[in-house]
Amino acid sequence: MERSLARIALFAALIAALGFVPKIDMGFGVPITAQTLGVMLCGTVLGARSGALAVLLFMALALLGLPILAGGRNGFAALASPSVGFFLGFPVAAFVTGWLMTWSKQVSTVATFNAAVFGGIVTLYLFGIPGIAAKAGLSLTEAFWSAMVFVPGDVIKAAVAALVTTALARARPGLVAGAKEPASAQF
Amino acid sequence: MLTLTSSRQTWAHDWPAGVKLGLLVLFTLILFALPGVTLTALGLALPLALATALGLVGDWLRLLRPLLWVGAVILAWHGFRGTPEPGVIAVLRMVAALGAANLVTMTTRLSDMQAVFLWLARPLSPLVPPARLALAMALMIRFLPVLSLRAEQLSQAWAARSRRRIGWALVFAVTLAALDDAEHVAEALRARGGVG
Repeated sequence: MERSLARIALFAALIAALGFVPKIDMGFGVPITAQTLGVMLCGTVLGARSGALAVLLFMALALLGLPILAGGRNGFAALASPSVGFFLGFPVAAFVTGWLMTWSKQVSTVATFNAAVFGGIVTLYLFGIPGIAAKAGLSLTEAFWSAMVFVPGDVIKAAVAALVTTALARARPGLVAGAKEPASAQF
Repeated sequence: MLTLTSSRQTWAHDWPAGVKLGLLVLFTLILFALPGVTLTALGLALPLALATALGLVGDWLRLLRPLLWVGAVILAWHGFRGTPEPGVIAVLRMVAALGAANLVTMTTRLSDMQAVFLWLARPLSPLVPPARLALAMALMIRFLPVLSLRAEQLSQAWAARSRRRIGWALVFAVTLAALDDAEHVAEALRARGGVG
């Protein structure tokens, strides 16, 4: 109990800390940051339930007014801007990522990358694109194409999430959820 | 650094946080129902007038700055499509909604905001006990600067040894720190009687 609470709180803080890494703005009000990397890591490292709870805790603190979202914004700013869908989709993305992690028996780079892509990109964009359409007054097709600008960056983040998660599974066997045994310990 | 609450005390600081948040929700709902550019512009005039009356207009405008280029992109896109009016309305709404929300944030202490949040979360108490939720929030607020500082120190240590920029190694090190710290915190909580 204490352990899961501490992990949830610390990973919520981790998402925020990763958000302070400098960002690049590329269009339609959704800045590129390491924040979605934090969301992916919550899913890949903590698993579906704890990962989603960590993201929800992070969102709660953002909604209390802490400027912990990309670019020093708070939760209200996210709700008012075109990135609203991405903000609301965060916990679902973490949950799906964590759930997909349970599909493979061990933490491997490829399986983690796939989980991060389907959870942290495909699932997240299902929420994000309608948000852009609604807030920027665009059609869904236009919003879809404007969101595609972020896909290359997010694929890189999924790769980083996969590398970090497999390295963590080796460094701290047993602390990474979904990891029965790290791939390298098979021999 | 952690909050946007204005340190200069205004009369709005004394209002209960719940009332301010309720008014904010009401304002936002009405704002999004207003038709036409003129009425939406009037909706923006309200938070502007309030910020001026409170003497916070400088900081208030500064907080809106991140929206500047987002608004410009939306306006340019709609101008390019030949539908300027929906573009202007979308931008006015965005600025007005965020402006009103920022006013609430600037005039409400984090502890008051947290009290409202815990009150709102009461229906969830069988699932998430309020004491545990409050502890998780406090832990997160405490560890945010700790992890940020850790990231800063690690990238400085890297910069002192390498000419290349630090990449995913930083993310690995900070995540590992979060995992290890979580173990220590859990042990410390257990040693003090657990979270109950």
